Amino acid sequence: MIQAIALLLAFQLGGEALRAALHLPVPGPVIGMTLLLFWLVSRGGPDDALRNTSGSLLQHLSLMFVPAGTGVMLHAGRLVDEAWPIFIALIASTVLGLLATGLTLHLLTRHRAGRPQ
Amino acid sequence: MNGGTMTEIWVYLSAQPLLWLTLTLAAYLLALALHRRAGGHPAVNPVLISVSLLVALLLLTDTPYPRYFDGAQFVHFLLGPTTVALAIPLHGQLKRLLGMAGPLTIALVIGSLTAALSAYAIAALMGASAPTLASLAPKSVTTPIAMGIAERLGGLASLTAVFVILTGIVGAIFASGLLARAGVRDEASVGFALGLASHGIGTARAFQLSEQTGAFAALAMGLNGLFTALTLPWILPMLAGLLN
Repeated sequence: MIQAIALLLAFQLGGEALRAALHLPVPGPVIGMTLLLFWLVSRGGPDDALRNTSGSLLQHLSLMFVPAGTGVMLHAGRLVDEAWPIFIALIASTVLGLLATGLTLHLLTRHRAGRPQ
Repeated sequence: MNGGTMTEIWVYLSAQPLLWLTLTLAAYLLALALHRRAGGHPAVNPVLISVSLLVALLLLTDTPYPRYFDGAQFVHFLLGPTTVALAIPLHGQLKRLLGMAGPLTIALVIGSLTAALSAYAIAALMGASAPTLASLAPKSVTTPIAMGIAERLGGLASLTAVFVILTGIVGAIFASGLLARAGVRDEASVGFALGLASHGIGTARAFQLSEQTGAFAALAMGLNGLFTALTLPWILPMLAGLLN
């Protein structure tokens, strides 16, 4: 497990280094994820330790957002003052984004699946 | 034990990172238990419940957020390696993802622009202030990217973080019901929509549905982060010009 965590941290570190060196607009962990994906392709897949550790972390991905989410208390004033525009815009745009993405992909791939290969 | 001793113990513990780290995990475990008891219903969202419990506790005990974060930062830190770990489910679905590269790219462009521009336009038409608008536009993107974009647009990074989390919760709660009603039930489309519109919290929800759904969500989260970072700072000023 420690080995797997060390590997994940090493790839995150590599991602952070690459981001800083090349001034990339994407955060280090997302670059680290991409680097690890290439590494997995070159090795033919993760070993059991990496698969299990990643599985346990990903199972609790929700937990990792709790500390930042609790920061909502810092902005209570603005959220109350501009409650209507903020909440209508957040809910409506998220619903529109979900429908636009899901329907586009669904229609494009359904068409493709129906076509003889 | 008298009241004075209790107060002393509280004063001592509340200044330690250990207390708020433990309470963060406890709030999450309680939220998770409620989520499971509700049969995994998306409205009983673990992030929403944990955050509500902790905010209530911090307000009741008059604890400032920075002191809370001293403890909670150890959990916050795990977000980095966990994001890296998304490579494993992505690798598992790689063949399928590459086979769908064309449709995924088109869905990315349409979905990303719809989510960002509709948020900005709706809030602008309803009279939101300029810093709020600039903080809202990148809200579908994963937190660190969204904060960077908001700053370039003249928004407030910490306010953006709040909008990002709220967007994630909204998407996680509504996605599966909404998409099913629209006739979209396949794992690829549901997962890609969740990750694109609701980043990591949507991805966490997608993993509750299935590993395949989660892999598509992880891909969408990464791609939308990159796409939004590269395009929004150019496109948004044009929309702002049109609305004024």
